[in-house]
Amino acid sequence: MSRLLLCLLALPAAALAATPEIPLVIKDHRFEPAEVRVPAGTKVKLVVDNRDATPEEFESHELNREKVIPGGSKASIFIGPLNPGRYPFFGEFNEATAKGVVIAE
Amino acid sequence: MLGAAIIVFRETLEAALLIGIVAAAARSLPGRGRWISLGVLAGILGAVVLATSAGYVSELADGVGQEVLNAVVLAAAVLMLAWHNIWMSRHAREMVDGARAVVRQVTEGSRELSAVALVVALAVLREGSETALFLYGMVAQGEAAVQITLGGALGLAGGAVLGLGLYAGLLRVPVRHFFSVTALMVLLIAAGMAGQCARFLIQGDLLPALAAPLWDTSAWLSNDSVLGSLLHVLAGYDARPSGMQALFYFATLALILAGMRLVREARPAGPRLGAPAAT
Repeated sequence: MSRLLLCLLALPAAALAATPEIPLVIKDHRFEPAEVRVPAGTKVKLVVDNRDATPEEFESHELNREKVIPGGSKASIFIGPLNPGRYPFFGEFNEATAKGVVIAE
Repeated sequence: MLGAAIIVFRETLEAALLIGIVAAAARSLPGRGRWISLGVLAGILGAVVLATSAGYVSELADGVGQEVLNAVVLAAAVLMLAWHNIWMSRHAREMVDGARAVVRQVTEGSRELSAVALVVALAVLREGSETALFLYGMVAQGEAAVQITLGGALGLAGGAVLGLGLYAGLLRVPVRHFFSVTALMVLLIAAGMAGQCARFLIQGDLLPALAAPLWDTSAWLSNDSVLGSLLHVLAGYDARPSGMQALFYFATLALILAGMRLVREARPAGPRLGAPAAT
């Protein structure tokens, strides 16, 4: 059991080198770019750089992701492998302006 | 103000409902009010500390420190809830059988209540730190303090009212069914937390997602609908769960149920001291 767990834990480490990193910036409570294009069918690491002084919560029901990114800090969110399509996301703390979409293709 | 109220309400709801359920489930244990208050207090203190160090935590573990922390907190809460349910399943049988009206030993009760207090503290810690971060953000954006305080208080009150409502509702359940109802609710909450724990580990790339999503019921019942989010809090509902999430959910469900059954069937070897023979 524990060996199986170790193998499972080792899997992502082995795949890490191949994971594409996609930068995403939060500025003035907006995502830049608002349209994030990612390759379909592979895991992707979104590196979110919050340049506002205030925290933001990256949230997407479609991607099944939710993460608070404190002001002035960077954080990683792994998504996918995704089927081709559009996956909207938003900033829960500033829902009026902070909107974006991941496009897997 | 309304924005603050809504977000604080959403963050409070989960902890409030959990507290409502465990407070009801622990109704037979003397001194539970003190323990639960202690849990809330410790949770709030922890949340403030966590919120002030959020930037630091976030950049730990190559940018997934928050996921690791959330997963650990959730796993600890699941363990405590599991233990609570397994312990209660024997205690409840004795209560319903009329073998004893109160907990035999004060120490036994306090050990159980310390687990309850820890669950409460962990829930408040998790939801509270996000609330604190959000409110801090509003202050930093130059929103009027009065508005923020009012909104926050309104949201908090809303969550608390629902938690209290659930608690009061549960206490009206007849004793015969009471422990089955609360055990079922605790069981589902624990399984849901285990599923969330898996989701954080996947989000941090520490576990594979397996099938993602395993199914998609968002067209019928989305996560952000009122019913969907209530079911999410109470039973771990997710419209688009990954395979790993479902695995954690059902494995936790099965393990706790098995533990409850084992404990219920294991009868003490000797005659029970101080307890009249149950017919």
